[in-house]
Amino acid sequence: MLSFEPYGNPTYFALLGVALLPLMIGLLYGKRSRLYETLISIFFLVLTFGGPKWTQGVALIIYILYEVALTWGYAVYRKRQNSGPIFYLMVILAIIPLTIVKVTPAVENGQASLIGFLGVSYLTFRAVQTMMETRDGTLKDYQVMTFLQFMLFFPTISSGPIDRYRRFEADYRSVPDREKYLGMIQKGIRYIFVGFLYKFILAYYFGTMLMPKLQVMAMHSRGGFLDLSWPVLGYMYAYSADLFFDFAGYSLFAVGTSYIMGIATPMNFNHPWRSPNIKDFWNRWHITLSFWFRDFIYMRLVFWFMKHKVFKKPTTTANVTYIINMLVMGFWHGVTWYYITYGLFHGCALVINDTWLRYKKKHRASVPHNGFTQVFAIFLTANMVCFSFLIFSGMLDKLWFH
Amino acid sequence: MDIKETVLGILNDLTGNDVSGAMDDNLFDSGLLDSMGSVQLLLQLQGDLGINVPVSEFERSEWDTPNKIIAKVESLA
Repeated sequence: MLSFEPYGNPTYFALLGVALLPLMIGLLYGKRSRLYETLISIFFLVLTFGGPKWTQGVALIIYILYEVALTWGYAVYRKRQNSGPIFYLMVILAIIPLTIVKVTPAVENGQASLIGFLGVSYLTFRAVQTMMETRDGTLKDYQVMTFLQFMLFFPTISSGPIDRYRRFEADYRSVPDREKYLGMIQKGIRYIFVGFLYKFILAYYFGTMLMPKLQVMAMHSRGGFLDLSWPVLGYMYAYSADLFFDFAGYSLFAVGTSYIMGIATPMNFNHPWRSPNIKDFWNRWHITLSFWFRDFIYMRLVFWFMKHKVFKKPTTTANVTYIINMLVMGFWHGVTWYYITYGLFHGCALVINDTWLRYKKKHRASVPHNGFTQVFAIFLTANMVCFSFLIFSGMLDKLWFH
Repeated sequence: MDIKETVLGILNDLTGNDVSGAMDDNLFDSGLLDSMGSVQLLLQLQGDLGINVPVSEFERSEWDTPNKIIAKVESLA
């Protein structure tokens, strides 16, 4: 039986093109066929989770039923009552499967959990967000079928971008007018072609051609200060380039395919290497993830801390929450020392960055701002980020402990 | 005191700037407001005007200039 990584090879794209054609014609004539969309979603989900990966498919089905039960149950409950402890309990229940998937390899010598499947994190983000908006009362009209379409929307199921229930629903319930839709097709196709360049040419070059060679050289050049060497530096840049082109390429495929389906899934990257500071970097890198963390962890924690006057100074509140926020992000990547260090690194970087921005605001007259400082800021930020990706890559783990 | 004055007062306190001269400038782009500032703004609105805005109602693009914030608050008051 056929089985694919999403967007993994030319056959997948050929099938995608054929499957999307009737849908495009429908949308051009102002019609959205729910039945057809559901059928092709199931088709591509079976391609991704069927055949040799059927155990993942079973895990996905059980997981989805579980999350539907929780979000639906909570939506029904929330119409009548609104107790804090029940809400927290429901959120904990919703993240239990993800927690098991993330912790299992750390305690079972790298063995993957049986309940895991490709995309479990991204689905958990969507489910938790749906619950939080239900709690806030911003999401009043929860519908099981819409929730299922939102969760199982095949272009973004494996690695995002992480859409929001209400935004998705608005697109899904309407049909763009012809002029707007033609614009979306044009954009969608362009995104997919830029994605080809990123994923199949640039990421291939950096990730498949360059990185393994640099890794071998780096392992042979051990012995110096902290086992660091020029090949390690080369590896750092090659890994960063690979990470960006691979994930940005994938994201372009996912967003492009969504656009062709008349759904404006939000973009994941916005010129991250032009960021003049770390704070700005997180507004441009893996945007739907960092905004999810911003809206559902950072802002909520800050709100709670300030409402309960936990810290005297607002800056302390902000700093503590930065660290917590990024540590959670680190743990989410996986329970290894390098992912957690990566999170801590970015938390500290945000604290330092914020302190600097406050200082700059206060001493606006004496801090120079010109073309040179701008270029320097971009250079410094990009290098700090690449260094954090070296930690993230696990290369230091290999250098030091293997 | 009317809503406009109250909101401007809160914004001036939060940003450390007089924003009344640039009512359509994007406060996030200029770095005057960030996530932390947004939460402080929501709490102040709650305290001073009794307006409850849940965090998930806070869509950044609807709250990014002084004029938009005033309009938003007026619609909620």
